[in-house]
Amino acid sequence: MSRTHVSCNINGDDVDFLCDAGESLLDALRDEMRLMGAKEGCGTGDCGACSILMDGRLQCSCLVFAPEANGATIVTVEGIAVGDNLHPLQQCFLEGAALQCGVCTPGFLVAAKALLDHNPDPTETEVRYALAGNLCRCTGYDKIIRSVLAAADRMKQEKQEVAG
Amino acid sequence: MRYVAPTSVAEVVALLAGDPEARVFAGATDLVPQLRAGRPEPSIAIDLKKIARLTEVSLEDGTWRIGAAAPTADLTGDAALTADLPGLVHAGALIGSDQIQNRASLGGNLCNASPAADSVPALVVNDARAVVAGPGGERTVAVVDIPTGPGRTSLAPGEFIVCFEIDRPPARTSDAYLRLIPRTEMDIAIVGAAARVTLDGDGNCAGAAIALGAVAPTVVPVPAAARALVGEPITDGALARVAAVCADAANPIDDKRGTITYRRQVAGVLAKRAVTEAAGRAGNGGGR
Repeated sequence: MSRTHVSCNINGDDVDFLCDAGESLLDALRDEMRLMGAKEGCGTGDCGACSILMDGRLQCSCLVFAPEANGATIVTVEGIAVGDNLHPLQQCFLEGAALQCGVCTPGFLVAAKALLDHNPDPTETEVRYALAGNLCRCTGYDKIIRSVLAAADRMKQEKQEVAG
Repeated sequence: MRYVAPTSVAEVVALLAGDPEARVFAGATDLVPQLRAGRPEPSIAIDLKKIARLTEVSLEDGTWRIGAAAPTADLTGDAALTADLPGLVHAGALIGSDQIQNRASLGGNLCNASPAADSVPALVVNDARAVVAGPGGERTVAVVDIPTGPGRTSLAPGEFIVCFEIDRPPARTSDAYLRLIPRTEMDIAIVGAAARVTLDGDGNCAGAAIALGAVAPTVVPVPAAARALVGEPITDGALARVAAVCADAANPIDDKRGTITYRRQVAGVLAKRAVTEAAGRAGNGGGR
C-alpha cells in the first residue's frame, strides 16, 4: 500500500512526511517527525496528553488521522518556547512544581496556551474547565491550575511593560 | 484503509455508492475509539470537513442551517445561534473536553446513535430536520426519525447527513438542555432532558416540547408532558405534572451508572428544571 504524502507547517517549519492513511497524527509527529513532546496516554481522546494546536484549535492528535494535517498549521509543545526562552507557562510550571512524572505536561502546556491565546485573564474556574480534557495522575491539579494563573499574570505584566 | 477528503457532497455520494465498506467521518471522536477497540477499519475513511455545506453555520430566510460536520465549538462561538438556541448550543458544549468540541459534530453525535447523545434531545425539541444525501438525491427527514436503536439509524446504505435545518424560534420562545452525570465534566449522561417553551404575552405557556435522553434505546419525545403545560402559567402544579409524565415515559435500563428507579425519577426532575430554565429565558424574550 502506497504511503500518503502530507505537507504542513509544524512549529513554524514547512515540512513534508509520508504516513499511512490510518495512522494518527500523534504517531506521525512522534515516528515520522521525531517530535516526542505529545504523548499517547489513552489513544481515545480522553486524557489530553497528545494535545496539539491544529490551525489554532486545540485537538487530541490521537483522534486526528495524519493525512488530515495536509495543508494545516500545527503547534506542538516543542514550538511554544521562543528560541532558548521558555514560554511563561513552561517557566511557571517549573517554578510552581506543576509536574511530577511529566507525561501529561506537554498536553497541559498546549491546552493552557490555547486557553490563554483566547482568554488572557481567565478565572480559576475557567482554567479548571479549560483543562478538564487533560488528566494528571500525579499532581492533584492544584499546582497546575496555580501555575497557569501565574503565567497569565506574568504575560499580562510583560504586555503592559511592552506597551508602557 | 484509504483516506479521502472530498470537497463536494456529490463526490461523497459517489464514493459511498462505489464501496459499501466506505465510511464518512467528521471529528472521528467515536470512530477512532471504535477502531482502537477492534472494530474493522473502513475501506475508505471519507473526511467530511473539507465540504463547505457540511461545516457552515448560517441563518437564512428564518432557518438555521448547521453543517453536520461543524465542530460543536463553532456553535458555542456563534453568538446569534446561542441567542436563538441556547439549549442546543449548551448541549453541544457539554460533549467532552475543549479538545473534543473542536472535532465532535452534531452529525456524528446523531449517527453514532448513542442513547445518551447530548445534542439529540435538544435537536428534537427544536423540530430539527436532517438533510440527508444519498444515491437517490437529497431528502429531508425529522431528526427524531434518524436513531432506531443503540448504534443504529434509519439512514439507508450510501446515505449521510449534510446539515441540520432548524426554523428560527418565534418570539418569547427558548430551549434548555440539562443532564445528570456523576461529576462536573467529561462524562456520559445518566439522564438528559431538553425542553422548549413558548410563552404568550400574559406569561401562559403557548407551546412546549420535551424530550428525554439516556432513558430508552432512542431519544424519547414526551408530547403528553408538553400538553400538561399548554394554556397555563408555568406553576409548581404544572411542573409536577410534567415530572410525573416524564418519569412515566422514561423506559431506562439498570446499569452501573444508574438504576431504573433512579433514572425515572431524575428524568422527571430534569424535565421540570429544563422547562423552568427554558421558560425563564422565553419570558425574557427568548433570543429576540
